[in-house]
Amino acid sequence: MMHGHVVEISGFLELFILVFTFIVIISYIVAVYMTNRKYKKWPLIRVAFWMMGVLSITIGVIGPIAEKTHASFQAHMVNHLLLGMLGPLLIVLSAPMTLLLRSVPIGWGRFISKLLKSSYVRWITHPIAATLLNTGGLWILYTTDLYRAMHVSVLLYVLVHVHVLLAGYIFTLSIIYIDVTPHRTSFLLRAIVLVLSMAAHSILSKWIYANPPTGTTITDAQLGGMLMYYGGDGIELILVILLCYQYFRGKSKRREKALVY
Amino acid sequence: MDKMGEIELNLRVNKVEMRKSKHDEQFNFWSGVLFGLGLVAFIDEAVFHQLLHWHHFYDKSTTSMGLITDGIFHAFSWFATVVSLFMLADLRKRKIWDGKQWAGATILGAGVFQLYDGIIQHKVMGLHQIRYNVEVIYYDVVWNIIAGFMIIIGLILLIQRKASKTKGKVSET
Repeated sequence: MMHGHVVEISGFLELFILVFTFIVIISYIVAVYMTNRKYKKWPLIRVAFWMMGVLSITIGVIGPIAEKTHASFQAHMVNHLLLGMLGPLLIVLSAPMTLLLRSVPIGWGRFISKLLKSSYVRWITHPIAATLLNTGGLWILYTTDLYRAMHVSVLLYVLVHVHVLLAGYIFTLSIIYIDVTPHRTSFLLRAIVLVLSMAAHSILSKWIYANPPTGTTITDAQLGGMLMYYGGDGIELILVILLCYQYFRGKSKRREKALVY
Repeated sequence: MDKMGEIELNLRVNKVEMRKSKHDEQFNFWSGVLFGLGLVAFIDEAVFHQLLHWHHFYDKSTTSMGLITDGIFHAFSWFATVVSLFMLADLRKRKIWDGKQWAGATILGAGVFQLYDGIIQHKVMGLHQIRYNVEVIYYDVVWNIIAGFMIIIGLILLIQRKASKTKGKVSET
């Protein structure tokens, strides 16, 4: 159980997040509607992915499950799965960057693509850097005192959650290529990185099972650790299937192309 | 489409499907081995962890090295299952799937992983035992003998396949 003062997200902030969620969902739909007149029809499934992804993240930040995270490690873990894994995966599947590029005027588009091609983006979306940020961040969170500190400081609480979301998004982006991806790496590299990252995730969940983070009971940590292990497996399996699907589809396309000439 | 175009297309399609390279046999073999590995890992998880509850999620006697290799193997087995099935689909698409070699490789891969699990993971690294509160030695012996049998059967199938192939080549010439 948590002791003493506990971070509470105030009612005002909750309302702000709720309105923000509403705005991003509506903006996406408006952008799809506007650009469909000019370009190829935007797949409807992506709209669904976007809505589900944004909602996963919102549920991870406000609402009944988010409120329970202060007292329950299992609720914290459900949140982590929503915020750091499922939400980002759904967002990547909805290709928001591609939609943004076809929505804005050419000048803006040039600016954005210049930004995406910058060496900073190249560095941070490299599978190895993205994995270190994503999984490394989790190791620091659960193996040091940060987990306890996060629950007494509002600033740390917000920073950690923003980091989990962004790192999860960038990691997913660096493994599967659905959205705009100017910096590509080989299938083999991404496969190895994905396997190692899955391994680090499952090792950490067993570590948590044996070493409850400060302030959590043993049963709570054990159930939370197993939730992390199996929940992570499920979402990572989708990543593996997508990665292999993209590689083998590309392979058979290349084969057909080679034969034409 | 005119007649000539159609014939050309058929040839092209056939060529795509039948085109072989010297790596195809290895590709077929590794697809089988990886599938065998993934299959055993899946049975281990589904039957021994979830259905029978013989294996424990984590017992405290595990060495940290054991925890790390278990994590890597766990991740790799997921990946192996998926990638091997995509490889199989690719082989089937090109109509060059060698089912007998694939079956032999699968049994071999399954046996090797089972033996690794039984000797290295359970015994050397103390990851978890096959079953608790019983004389575990009998379980260990049966476990590893099954693994050994699978390796032998897999190898026999592969050798037979190889022999029948070379024989076929001799009679052709």
